[in-house]
Amino acid sequence: MSEMAANDPLPKPKRDLAPILLPVALALLMIPLVGSTSSWLTLTVASLAMGMMIFIMASGLTLVFGLMDVLNFGHGAFIAVGAYIATLVFAPFAASVQAESLWTNLAVLAPAALLSMAVSGALGLVVERVLILPVYGQHLKQILMTTGGLIVAEQTLYALWGPQIIPMPLPASLRGSFILGDVAIAKYRLLAMLVGLAVFIAIQLVLNRTKLGLLIRAGVENREMVEALGYRIRRLFLGVFMTGSALAGLGGVMWALYREQVHASMSDDLTVLIFIVVIIGGLGSIGGCFIGAILVAMVANYGGFLLPKLALVSNILLMVAILMWRPRGLYAVTSR
Amino acid sequence: MTDLLKLSGVHTHIGRYHILQGIDLAVPQGQVTMLLGRNGAGKTTTLRTIMGLWQASKGEIMLAGERIESRATPDIARLGVGYVPESMAVFSDLTVRENLVLAARDGPLDDAQLDWIFGFFPALRRFWLSRAGSLSGGQKQMLSIARAIVEPRKLLLIDEPTKGLAPAIVMALIECLKEIKRKGATILLVEQNFFAARELGDSVLVMDNGTIVHRGEMAALAADVSLQERLLGLSLETHQ
Repeated sequence: MSEMAANDPLPKPKRDLAPILLPVALALLMIPLVGSTSSWLTLTVASLAMGMMIFIMASGLTLVFGLMDVLNFGHGAFIAVGAYIATLVFAPFAASVQAESLWTNLAVLAPAALLSMAVSGALGLVVERVLILPVYGQHLKQILMTTGGLIVAEQTLYALWGPQIIPMPLPASLRGSFILGDVAIAKYRLLAMLVGLAVFIAIQLVLNRTKLGLLIRAGVENREMVEALGYRIRRLFLGVFMTGSALAGLGGVMWALYREQVHASMSDDLTVLIFIVVIIGGLGSIGGCFIGAILVAMVANYGGFLLPKLALVSNILLMVAILMWRPRGLYAVTSR
Repeated sequence: MTDLLKLSGVHTHIGRYHILQGIDLAVPQGQVTMLLGRNGAGKTTTLRTIMGLWQASKGEIMLAGERIESRATPDIARLGVGYVPESMAVFSDLTVRENLVLAARDGPLDDAQLDWIFGFFPALRRFWLSRAGSLSGGQKQMLSIARAIVEPRKLLLIDEPTKGLAPAIVMALIECLKEIKRKGATILLVEQNFFAARELGDSVLVMDNGTIVHRGEMAALAADVSLQERLLGLSLETHQ
């Protein structure tokens, strides 16, 4: 088919660049407002790192929203569970975590992240089968069931680990900053950006280069037609839900390391940000979710620096502004 | 001639509405069976019930000797049923190529089959890498039909393919459906355009209020103006 395509004058799909330019414009606009270039660069890197972590946590939720039309208010449970599971790996290998060698640190960090993803993914399987399967298509019941599930998960974590905050120190090699002139760029923030970018690229490759990805994209848009073409979308739902849960677990580990602490309700504040990201990105849109996460993090960081009193409402204002511009989000995929 | 599809006493409820009220119909192998009727008669519901998108609350649906009324939609599709919904339902975020790749369930796209499709839908070749959402209404309809025929299917269920299309495109669609018919396809075709129905149909079923009120040869209905007026509230002349 490629020869056929090459021989014809084929119109290229038009790219909608406005949402991509939005964070760039926002960052440039902040240069004169922040004043100092080094402060601006530090805030921008902090925004990108925070944005990538939020993206990792929100990416699964946006697909769950878009594909399954499920309002999962319990997504935060996977974040917290992921973080707690990582502490189980970190505790017996504390010496390796505090070793100066990057490779020794990664030898603990990577298995911890993978185990967290596996446990969160498995928990996703249980949640989908037990809590969500009976309430497909019933939004109010989904909210009640998943909120209930979140409460049960949090209380179970309290019962197992206790109510105290568990410290989760950064591995020694990821502490500190790279100094470029008078700008300090935290090593861990750089790692968070790289991991977030890798997750984004991996998701994009799956969605755009594989038949599974085509099915997910098509299912987000019209589940019924995917079924009418002969594909069992329920299996796809389950796979996407488990993957989303696993990514939330990974995000939980990264966020816990960022804050250097773990507690059962650590996801409460994050959940609000994640929902804002999913809504402003456009339900089911990974690209929108990626840009939305960066925007939310930028508003939180720049807003916290410039107008600390507005920090609590700044992201709500961002959501209102974006929905006034594009009522179905930056990149509308579903008709919902 | 054997019947590929047979519905016996099929009832469908949607919420508290009783839409299909005991449908009995047969679609002979290798023929185009037209399903006509006024708006709200239950034509689309009939197709959706066959496809399993709405469950029949009572009755029996047989496809090539197998009962399918309790089967899930993907299983019915895998028995060889292609469905072209009234809304076309192309995946607008996907390219034309990607829409067809998904429809080719059993493997990679077949070049010979594609060439055949491009023969009467050249626009699909031109817009091969364009997003389906950017196509015109007629082109979307072409893509929707192409999706149903990109692999051989036992039975095609097509819901109002000419609805809202310009006359030139309607003619192209009719030619395409004639070609599909010549290849021996079995089609159950819902249509409001009586001219298209006359051109394509071998046999005809007319629905009203969720039941079949007339069955016979399409040519006989096309020749009987008073019957058209009684059954459909129109005459062929008004649609030519």
